[in-house]
Amino acid sequence: MKKKLQEIYEKAIATLEGVEQTKDLDDVKVKYLGKKGELTNILKSMKDLSSDERPVIGQIANQVRSGIEQKIDEVKDKLAAAELNAILDKETLDVTMPGRACACGHRHPLDTVIDEISNIFIGMGYEIADGPEIEKDYYNFEALNIPANHPAKDEQDTFYINGDILLRTQTSPVQIRTMEKGKLPVRMICPGSVYRADEVDATHSPIFHQLEGLVVDKNITMGDLKGALATFAKELFGKDTKVRFRPHHFPFTEPSAEMDVTCFACGGKGCRVCKGEGYIEVLGCGMVHPNVLKRCGIDPEEYSGFAFGMGLERVAMQRYGITDLRLLYENDVKFLKQF
Amino acid sequence: MDISMTWLRDYVNVKANIKDFVEDITLSGSKVESYSIISGDIKKVVVGKVLSIEKHPNADKLVITKVDIGNGEPIQIVTGATNLYVGAIVPVALNGSTIANGVKIKKGKLRGEESNGMLCSIQELGFDRHDFPEAPENGIYIFKDTPELGTNVVDALDIYDEAVEFEITSNRPDCFSMLGLARETGATYRIPVKYPIVKVKEEIDEDINNMISVEIKNPNLCPRYVARVVKDVKIAPSPRWMRKRLRSVGIRPINNIVDITNFVMQEYGQPMHAFSIDTIADRKIIVRNAEEGEKFTTLDGIERTLSSSMLVISDPKKAVAIAGVMGGENSMITGDTDTVLFESANFDGPNTRITAKKLGLRTDASGKYEKGLDPNICDKAIDRAVQLVEMLGCGKVVRGRVDCYPNKVEPRKIPYNPKKINKLLGTDIPEEDMVRIFKLLEIGVDKKNRILTIPTFRPDLELNADLAEEVARIHGYDKIMPTLASGTPTVGKKTYEQQISDIVKNSMISTGLCEAMTYTFESPKVFDKLMIPSDSKLRDAIKISNPLGEDFSIMRTTTLNGMLTSISTNYNRRNDEAAIFEIGKVFMPKSLPLTELPDELKKLTICMYGDKYNFFYIKGICEHIFDVLGCSDEVDFSPKNDIPWMHPGRTASITLNGSEAGYVGELHPTVAENYSIDTRVYIAVIDMKLLNENACLVNSYRALPKYPSMTRDISMVIKKEIFVKDIEKVIRKNAGKLLESLVLFDVYQGAQIESDKKSVSYKLVFRAEDRTLVDDEVNKAMEKVIEALKDEFGAKLRK
Repeated sequence: MKKKLQEIYEKAIATLEGVEQTKDLDDVKVKYLGKKGELTNILKSMKDLSSDERPVIGQIANQVRSGIEQKIDEVKDKLAAAELNAILDKETLDVTMPGRACACGHRHPLDTVIDEISNIFIGMGYEIADGPEIEKDYYNFEALNIPANHPAKDEQDTFYINGDILLRTQTSPVQIRTMEKGKLPVRMICPGSVYRADEVDATHSPIFHQLEGLVVDKNITMGDLKGALATFAKELFGKDTKVRFRPHHFPFTEPSAEMDVTCFACGGKGCRVCKGEGYIEVLGCGMVHPNVLKRCGIDPEEYSGFAFGMGLERVAMQRYGITDLRLLYENDVKFLKQF
Repeated sequence: MDISMTWLRDYVNVKANIKDFVEDITLSGSKVESYSIISGDIKKVVVGKVLSIEKHPNADKLVITKVDIGNGEPIQIVTGATNLYVGAIVPVALNGSTIANGVKIKKGKLRGEESNGMLCSIQELGFDRHDFPEAPENGIYIFKDTPELGTNVVDALDIYDEAVEFEITSNRPDCFSMLGLARETGATYRIPVKYPIVKVKEEIDEDINNMISVEIKNPNLCPRYVARVVKDVKIAPSPRWMRKRLRSVGIRPINNIVDITNFVMQEYGQPMHAFSIDTIADRKIIVRNAEEGEKFTTLDGIERTLSSSMLVISDPKKAVAIAGVMGGENSMITGDTDTVLFESANFDGPNTRITAKKLGLRTDASGKYEKGLDPNICDKAIDRAVQLVEMLGCGKVVRGRVDCYPNKVEPRKIPYNPKKINKLLGTDIPEEDMVRIFKLLEIGVDKKNRILTIPTFRPDLELNADLAEEVARIHGYDKIMPTLASGTPTVGKKTYEQQISDIVKNSMISTGLCEAMTYTFESPKVFDKLMIPSDSKLRDAIKISNPLGEDFSIMRTTTLNGMLTSISTNYNRRNDEAAIFEIGKVFMPKSLPLTELPDELKKLTICMYGDKYNFFYIKGICEHIFDVLGCSDEVDFSPKNDIPWMHPGRTASITLNGSEAGYVGELHPTVAENYSIDTRVYIAVIDMKLLNENACLVNSYRALPKYPSMTRDISMVIKKEIFVKDIEKVIRKNAGKLLESLVLFDVYQGAQIESDKKSVSYKLVFRAEDRTLVDDEVNKAMEKVIEALKDEFGAKLRK
């Protein structure tokens, strides 16, 4: 009987190893372990054994049963894994096919630049101000220390509505409007549209964008101006950017400067973007002129400040390699979708 | 302002090479725009001697020359020149050389004869007979002296120079002169400046006052007028050194007298004019305003009409020059002129600028005057001019000057305070250094009383801040340590309006729209294009008094034109679709003509065309904005059929809390056609101010449902013209508190439905917060809804 059990075991194992589909596994199970299965039949004849043999054979029979069950489970797992693999295999995609396009829009490159600059200055404690585009001569010129007949007035080719009202030629009038509110200290920037009578071409537009900045507090120095703008330049153009301040003249700042940054295309070696100079002019700046402070009711003996202004189109154009300014205002979606 | 390094070195001994000089002087405040090497094109052109000239066997007009270029190996060159002779010393462009304008010369065969280079005319070296009067009109340049053979012609002709172009700012008129820039150079390198030593012999011992008188009628426009007289004038070319200097700054040499006035104008920055004295009636100069409409013919032969704001130099009978702009044909110097009156005057800058602008006649002189010149250089400059007359032997100077200078400008005295200067700069510069810098800039220093005497050529120096700039720029802006402002801390942030604007932009972009930017001024023709009625307030636009043209002449009162123009661009460039938005301003005058600043109102404008877009698409985008801004419940869309540029049956007005906030719909096909768009265009315009006022950015949390919902569908046949908005109102009102949501899922017209009816289907979801609903409750609510729909609209339920 022992031998018989052994035979059943070996036969069952051999059969199981040959099973290829899960559904066949049940047949095997029934055949050996079912109510009328071979092992069951053997066990039924156990009652004929002597009481000495019975526990021995019983133990063997149990071992055979659990051995077969274990094998069934094993085969079952193996087959399930193989079948799943077959399914996965069948489901294989050409993953090099393009993804489904999501209908995502795009921010205007100029607005992206404005936003980026705004965020840098917000981080340094600046508010974002706003001001009218149709402006009084007083705010655009006179209060900024540009009296009637000043050459700067001619240079800027102003659009006038009438003798007193004009289209602002710069965002600087917002300096005056901010200081006039009388809330000190001031830390603000103001991006916005400005107007000058330039014919439209690849590098000129009668409407363009500037960003103005103003800080007024006690003990503000030219070192503070350099520190703030150098920090800004590193944030906007990259941490390796170096800045250079050149003396310049603006009627509403004194001392005045222009700030150059090392060319972001060549890092200062000189290339086509910077016309071989290694530096790119980025903004005008200076210490707020005492006359301007006075006119806004701020005592220049007690307070000082710095201001700066920059053209934004040029920053956007240089950053994205845009060679024609007109593209920014045409709004061709083939252009806009690139940003 | 153009200078040349050779000329500059006449006054200041600059040792730096051109590249360093350009950087150094820029960083001390005189910005260099560009620089170049004059004669930079001329390479491998040497001095040679013609050894032989033979006839060309195959060409009548060519000759074959052998030229000695100093290396013992004569070369053969074929030339067409006719002024050659054996022994002539000439410029020879060798094989591989370049001549003027970068033209390359290579050896080759001319009619079968080898030619190893080219003999050059003066023009081929980039000059003309104004520079080298001894050069033949046509033909090869022949050296008068005998430079060593093989010498580079750049050296032999002394044509090497470095030209530097400066961008001078308007506060520094003194730097529009060689001497001004020499002073800046001296300060930059802290080296002395050698000014010209001016001494006039005055060979003619007559009193100038007996020869000429000057009267200034308007001293505001002519603060000073200085005159000198030169007799026995001999017009001739000026010497090479002067011609070279003038050419190096881009001025063409003419003759000795003209060259002298130009030379002094460059050197001192003081324009000068020379009259033929015989043409001046009564020998009396009167500086007066022109008569309105006065006719005057300038040197260039053009008759000009003057206005009374313009200043003229005249004699008792006629004008002889437009002050500071250009002389007259009637008083110009000719070959026969014997006696010349030199004028060195000071004219008002702004007035000169306006005159030149009005006449469209901007000259070198007016360009100098308009910056505002120092009247105290008039006498120095005129003395320098007549000194040069004597030096060049082109005339004899009459004793004395006529100097009409009613209100002498005196140097200003201002205090300086080193502590305050350092405080503004954030530096620690010792007073000694500051004093040294002031002195380099020729500012007088009284150290004891800390008083500065500001020379009159520096009217820009008035305040502590001005002095701080002088100290800083010579000290070096780069030596100021960058610091971060301490002071009172401030919070950096965007305003509420800016935050709303950002949210709107982001939600627009998230729905697939591209941000656009358009011009805020446009043509008044857009009103017709947009079919805006003639009595509409939108036509009351602010006009620009000096526009670039009609197309840019009014400030927009609607954002549509810019957007439709952009849409048209996209459509006509065959882009399949375009969906763009802009937050931009319109300008609404409070009254016209403008007496106070107008309202500048921000509008969100959305515009799109393309297969996938339709009315409901763009409306969905609008709803999305209101949803994002938390004001969906305050929005109402109602049919609007009276916007002239919109499709009357496909436009809805948008109200927010009862206020008109904009509209959404399809563009009127006629307007689309006006913009050359042959497809349907969808537009929404929403007022940003109302969005700001109604936005609710912080919502309170609502508990998630704990109990299951029950759903009922309802389909009804109803009159076609009933708006679903009204149906929904009735459903909501009658379904009670248990109604959680209501979704329209089908609207149908067509077969099986009467032609004046439509079928409308909704899904209603009911839920209670505190229990599981039972059928009974929901059935009751549904019955009420159905009853109400029957009562209100005569709706018939579809099963």
